[in-house]
Amino acid sequence: MKSVNVITLCAASDLIADSGVCVLYKNTQIALFYLPAETPALWAISNWDPISEANILSRGILGDIEGELVVASPLYKQHFSLRSGRCLEQDSQRVATFKVELSEGSVLLYP
Amino acid sequence: MTGKRIVIVGNGMVGHYYVEKLVALPQQFDITVIGAEPRPAYDRVHLSEVFSGKKPEDLALTSREHYQQLGVSAHFGDEVISINREAKTITTSTGRNFNYDKLILATGSYPYVPPIPGAEQPACLVYRTIDDLGRIRAESKNAKSAAVVGGGLLGLECANALQNLGLQTHVVEFANGLMNQQLDLRGSQLLRRLIEELDVRVHTGKATRRIAAGDDSRLKMEFADNSALETDLIVFSAGIRPNDNLAKSANLEIGERGGIVIDYHCRTSDSSIYAIGECALFGNKIYGLVAPGYRMADAALSQLTEEKVAFQGADMSTKLKLLGVDVGSIGDAKGNAENCCSFEYANEKTKIYKRINVSADGKQLLGAVLVGDCSDYDNLMQYYSNGLELPEQAETLILPSSSGAVTLNASALPLTATICSCHNVTKAQIVDLIDSGAVSLAAVKTETAASTGCGGCAALLKSVVDAELSMRGVEVNNHICEHFKFSRQELFHICKIESIQSFYVLLRKHGQGRGCDICKPTVASILASLWNDYVLEDKHVGLQDTNDTFLANMQKNGTYSVVPRIPGGEITPAKLGVIADVGKQFDLYTKITGGQRIDLFGARLNQLPEIWKILVDAGFETGHAYGKALRTVKSCVGNSWCRYGVQDSVSMAIFIENRYKGLRSPHKIKSAVSGCTRECAEAQSKDFGIIATERGWNLFVGGNGGMRPRHADLFATDLDDETLIKYIDRYLIFYIRTAARLQRTSVWLDNLEGGLDYLREVVIDDRLGIAAELEQQMQSLVGTYQCEWKTTINDAEKLKRFRQFVNSDADDTQILFVRERGQPRPANAEERKLMELTP
Repeated sequence: MKSVNVITLCAASDLIADSGVCVLYKNTQIALFYLPAETPALWAISNWDPISEANILSRGILGDIEGELVVASPLYKQHFSLRSGRCLEQDSQRVATFKVELSEGSVLLYP
Repeated sequence: MTGKRIVIVGNGMVGHYYVEKLVALPQQFDITVIGAEPRPAYDRVHLSEVFSGKKPEDLALTSREHYQQLGVSAHFGDEVISINREAKTITTSTGRNFNYDKLILATGSYPYVPPIPGAEQPACLVYRTIDDLGRIRAESKNAKSAAVVGGGLLGLECANALQNLGLQTHVVEFANGLMNQQLDLRGSQLLRRLIEELDVRVHTGKATRRIAAGDDSRLKMEFADNSALETDLIVFSAGIRPNDNLAKSANLEIGERGGIVIDYHCRTSDSSIYAIGECALFGNKIYGLVAPGYRMADAALSQLTEEKVAFQGADMSTKLKLLGVDVGSIGDAKGNAENCCSFEYANEKTKIYKRINVSADGKQLLGAVLVGDCSDYDNLMQYYSNGLELPEQAETLILPSSSGAVTLNASALPLTATICSCHNVTKAQIVDLIDSGAVSLAAVKTETAASTGCGGCAALLKSVVDAELSMRGVEVNNHICEHFKFSRQELFHICKIESIQSFYVLLRKHGQGRGCDICKPTVASILASLWNDYVLEDKHVGLQDTNDTFLANMQKNGTYSVVPRIPGGEITPAKLGVIADVGKQFDLYTKITGGQRIDLFGARLNQLPEIWKILVDAGFETGHAYGKALRTVKSCVGNSWCRYGVQDSVSMAIFIENRYKGLRSPHKIKSAVSGCTRECAEAQSKDFGIIATERGWNLFVGGNGGMRPRHADLFATDLDDETLIKYIDRYLIFYIRTAARLQRTSVWLDNLEGGLDYLREVVIDDRLGIAAELEQQMQSLVGTYQCEWKTTINDAEKLKRFRQFVNSDADDTQILFVRERGQPRPANAEERKLMELTP
């Protein structure tokens, strides 16, 4: 059973394997990354790149730097950890992370 | 006005320069300018361009209105005829008088006409002013041929002007070679050959004894050796003489052979009177170039300020294009210094001659001559003017960079060379860092921020760091990233030999980890070069940079630009109208690109399919501006319109652009086709460039504009269409197979072992026996081309990727624009703050 304050963001079929999409939750843009080979397979961080000052992180390339799952900003190429939101190149920069889950064909957010 | 009264006599380039600097001083002056010519100062250096399409107005350096605005009282077409030094007044030919506190003589020079009987005829002219050009043009109406007397810098400039008028042009020089002042014998001989190839007839060692009436032409020049030359028009350009009559009549000190004598401060023998430019004699020398004239003006001007600057003679180094031939001369060009040691490089095939003269200890550059290729001039000037110590093997400075010296590039750069211009990082800073313990590219980047701006210097930075590290014995690996212990070239071979068609297969078999934003796009590009799969196939989607994913270039605010292909830069008015309509409908910022097409900026992700639907329906294809792929093939209009064109450059450019469009490569590829040797399409700055000849096409390779310009190398000459395409096919595939990641052809060629000669052996002589295979690979890529946008807009599944939000139709409200010059542009941080405060 879903708890009351769980939000359905989109359908699992909206996700793209090994890549990102963006969802709008209230006024927040959330970047969702679907990595079928990883556990968990679904990751979510803020879509706002604080260094480029634009909503673009969902459009970055995914990968790992020394084992840490990251997305590379498509503009200036800094790497943000999917786990912590930390910027690997600039310690002072960190983006929000969100708790999400794939369940019965839907993407759920625990706000 | 209350300030000092300053009168400037003469309004040539130097006189004008003085005025501009004078009004910029904080003090107030009462400034008067008197110019003998009927018009304000103009650019005399580019006089010959008036005959190749420029209007006299285009040469103007200033205007009467401009002087008026500056509060300068200017009088043109009037001549100063006397100076009363006691009363400090001058009188002009129209009888006007002006008082001065300081008088600046910038009266310039006049062309020297040797005392030859017959030289006073109407068809004997000089070349100095715009009015002279008018007279030359008038006389040329009934003329077929013209002769310039004087084979120096000015004479050849003048020959250029006459040839532009369509006259059969002769150059008659008294000495035994052209440009004797600036060039040594071999340089002068090569210049002569190059100029003769342009159909200018050169006659050296000719002393003209008499000018008589001709038999077939208007005039006949009779020479001391009893030979003769018939011509309709003669222009004297045999040197200059200072305009010093005014100074002479005022009893100022004049040199034995003319010229107003000046001291370090450009003061004449009267301390209230200065002389600057070509009328002035300093150290018994007249300086007939504009730059020293400017330095004199600076010195004279500094007398009015706290900080006094002395004029101490000037360097006569010069770089110019004479009749389209590059000529450079630095310092002691002929190697006159005692014990100096010379290095020469001569290439009869590409017609290049370079020479450097080096001090006896091999440490200082004393002078240089460059003919046919001036690309080393700036570098050599750095050594010469800063007194930089030369590298141990100074000859490497003029050897062709593709001659196999792999490390030459980075290690030959002087320490003062700027590597990253965004963050102003010099090579010295990088070397210092490495000396103090930095052992990786990443460390250098973090410390200096080099290559983190526009990123354009990434490849150069890497080669500097690699070269410095290997000089210190640090092993440098060429692994592309932590996920693959291979170079791009090695990965290319692995994919090809094992027929690998997916990144994840390659990673599993030959790599480690999950990949990253370095190796993923690299492998995607290799796979595209090998198999030409549609880049948005599901298995490739996560590998691509956003630009490749969304087939558009992301701009700084997260919106994209749209660049339709306009092959060869040719476009119908109707298609232009379609672009205009799209721009209006979506309110896009529009700009013409350097590659002869049109860039539309500011499209939101979700607008891209709609925009491209309209464009594709109107017959446009994607321009691949987003890809490491063939970009544009620029062209001049060619022989269908241009009177100089010898081949149809537009048709060739369109053909080539259509053949190679979409070709994925290690970096972007640009090309151009020029319809004649005038090279209006700038083909020699392209990865491959084509210049028409009377007999076919010349192919150039390895050129580059951008941050580190490289003049392309002439690869093969006078090719027919079929051979041309064959060579380009082979060249491009060979590059794609062997280049490193993000390595342009210029750097690739510089680092290719064996250089240009080796490339010729592979492409022309088929030394490796792979020519057929290279052609075949290109043929298969050409055959499987698809317009990625056309494919995309017809696929509902793919279109889903262009949604801003997968769960909402809303727009990204944080994309904000402001308007500038009637068009939108991204709001900057401050503007955004304001806009968000007042929604």
